[in-house]
This record gives sequence, C-alpha cells and structure tokens, in this order.
Amino acid sequence: MAKAPAGTLYRGRQGMWSWVAHRVTGVLVFFFLFAHVLDTALVRVSPDTYDKVIATYKTPIVNLLEFGLIAAVLYHALNGLRIMAIDFWEKGPRYQRQLTYAVLTLWFLLMAGAAQPVLAHTFRQVFGS
Amino acid sequence: MTVIEAPRSRARSRTSFEMYSWIFMRMSGLLLVVLVLGHLLIMNVLDGGVQRVNWGFVAGRWASPFWRTWDLMQLWLAELHGTNGLRTVINDYAVRDSTRFWLKMLLYTSAFLVLVLGTLVIFTFDPSMK
Ligand code: HEM
Repeated sequence: MAKAPAGTLYRGRQGMWSWVAHRVTGVLVFFFLFAHVLDTALVRVSPDTYDKVIATYKTPIVNLLEFGLIAAVLYHALNGLRIMAIDFWEKGPRYQRQLTYAVLTLWFLLMAGAAQPVLAHTFRQVFGS
Repeated sequence: MTVIEAPRSRARSRTSFEMYSWIFMRMSGLLLVVLVLGHLLIMNVLDGGVQRVNWGFVAGRWASPFWRTWDLMQLWLAELHGTNGLRTVINDYAVRDSTRFWLKMLLYTSAFLVLVLGTLVIFTFDPSMK
C-alpha cells in the first residue's frame, strides 16, 4: 500500500505548479496594488511630487520590474480563465492539461509581443542609440 | 483504514459565505480580465507606455467620467478580489489561531485604507492644481 500523503499537500504535476504560480502571482500583484494606490494618491498632493515619483518608474531597472509585473498579471489572468473553464465548462476538466499548455503558449506569445513596446526605451537607453 | 486525514476545516459556520466567496472570485476575475488587462495595455504597452505618464496625463484621463468609473471599478474589484484571495492564503498557512487572527486584521485594515484612499483620490481629484 502506498504511503499516506501528509496533510493536505497537493501532489499533482502541471495542476500543482499552475496552482503554485497562480497563488504566487496573485499575492505579488496584490502587494503591487497597495503600492500603486499610494503612488497614484500623490496626484492629490501636488503635480510635482507625482511627477518626481513617476520619474523613478521610467528608469531601466524599474522598467524591467514592470515587465515582470505584466508577466505576473497576464499569467494570473489567463490561468484564472482556465480555472473558470474547468469549473463551468462541461469539457473543461477533460481538457485541463491542454488548457494549461494553451495558457502557457498564449502567455508566451503575448509577452513576446509586449517586450518591444514595453522595453524598447530601456534598450535604447542602456545600449546606446 | 483511513489513509487520508479528514479536512482540517472546522464545521462551524453554517452560512454559505464560502460559496459566495468562491463565486465572487470568479465573477470579479472575469471583469478584471477586461479592466486590468485593458489598463495594462493602455498604460504600459500602447503609445510609449509609462514613459509618457505624468500628472497632466492623469488629469487628461480623469477629465472623462468613463475612465474615472473604469478606475473606480478596477480599484474595488481588484482590492476585494485580492483581499479575499489573501484571506485564503492566510487560512492555509497560519497555524496558530492568534497568528491567523492578527494577519487577517492587518489584511482588512490595509484593504480598508486602500479602498478609502483610492476612492477619495478618484472623487476629489483637482484638475486646477497645476
Ligand atoms: C486579471 C484578471 C484576474 C482573474 C481572471 C483572476 C482569477 C482568479 C481566480 C479564478 C481565483 C480563484 C482561485 C481558486 O478559487 O482556486 C483567483 C485567486 C486569487 N487572485 Fe485573482 N484574478 C485576476 C486578477 C487578480 C488581481 C488583480 C489580484 C491582486 C490584486 C489577484 C489576486 C488573487 C489572489 C491573492 C488569489 C488567491 C490565490 C490562492 O488562493 O491561491 N487576482 N484569481
């Protein structure tokens, strides 16, 4: 007889890792939202203060973080749609693995498309004209 | 011969709060796909992304009730969805009851502050500041 799994640990394969990634991205985005409401609230303090803080978002390192944030939100959104498809679409559970690959493929293609518009400015700044 | 222990949740609450919470995560998620991905597309991808964002840019957008409504809905849905998500995460990992209690108090306090501050800023934005 197989050993009993400890507690409620989830031992799936793609299903487990897509869940871990969903949780990690959800928590990260939630913390970002906290910071983002605070920075946007500066529009109420003074135009100058707001512009000074937003200027730090235009630097190469923060631009890379921004790309990471987009990656996290996009994964969470697409995987969230996959969760809903499994919950509400009668064929969802049967195709859950294919849905995972669809999510990853779509995520990759959209991120590849976003790379140029989001990172071009930093690329030019770091590697010269 | 029980192999897997029974779930650890206490069969205390007889309300359907957890069911509504489950449905809310899915309905808000669906709306957030449009609101948040639209927001990212407009703010970070099109027309130069953050490089063109400044106070005047915000003033221009918030001159329109459409974008104020968009941002208000986005604020409330994302904050409530995220708070409810974090409540689940805390329930999963906090072992001691008192740890769980205080983490949730911290969570709810921060959510309250973010919602009040964000809502006030959207409603009281003053375009004549500049
Ligand atoms: C963009 C559209 C979004 C979709 C489609 C979406 C979808 C979902 C769904 C369906 C769940 C529930 C998972 C479950 O019950 O097993 C969930 C959980 C969660 N979401 Fe979202 N979400 C979105 C945006 C966001 C945003 C903006 C945040 C942060 C503010 C966020 C934070 C979370 C967190 C923290 C959880 C809990 C994760 C867990 O329990 O493992 N989500 N999301």
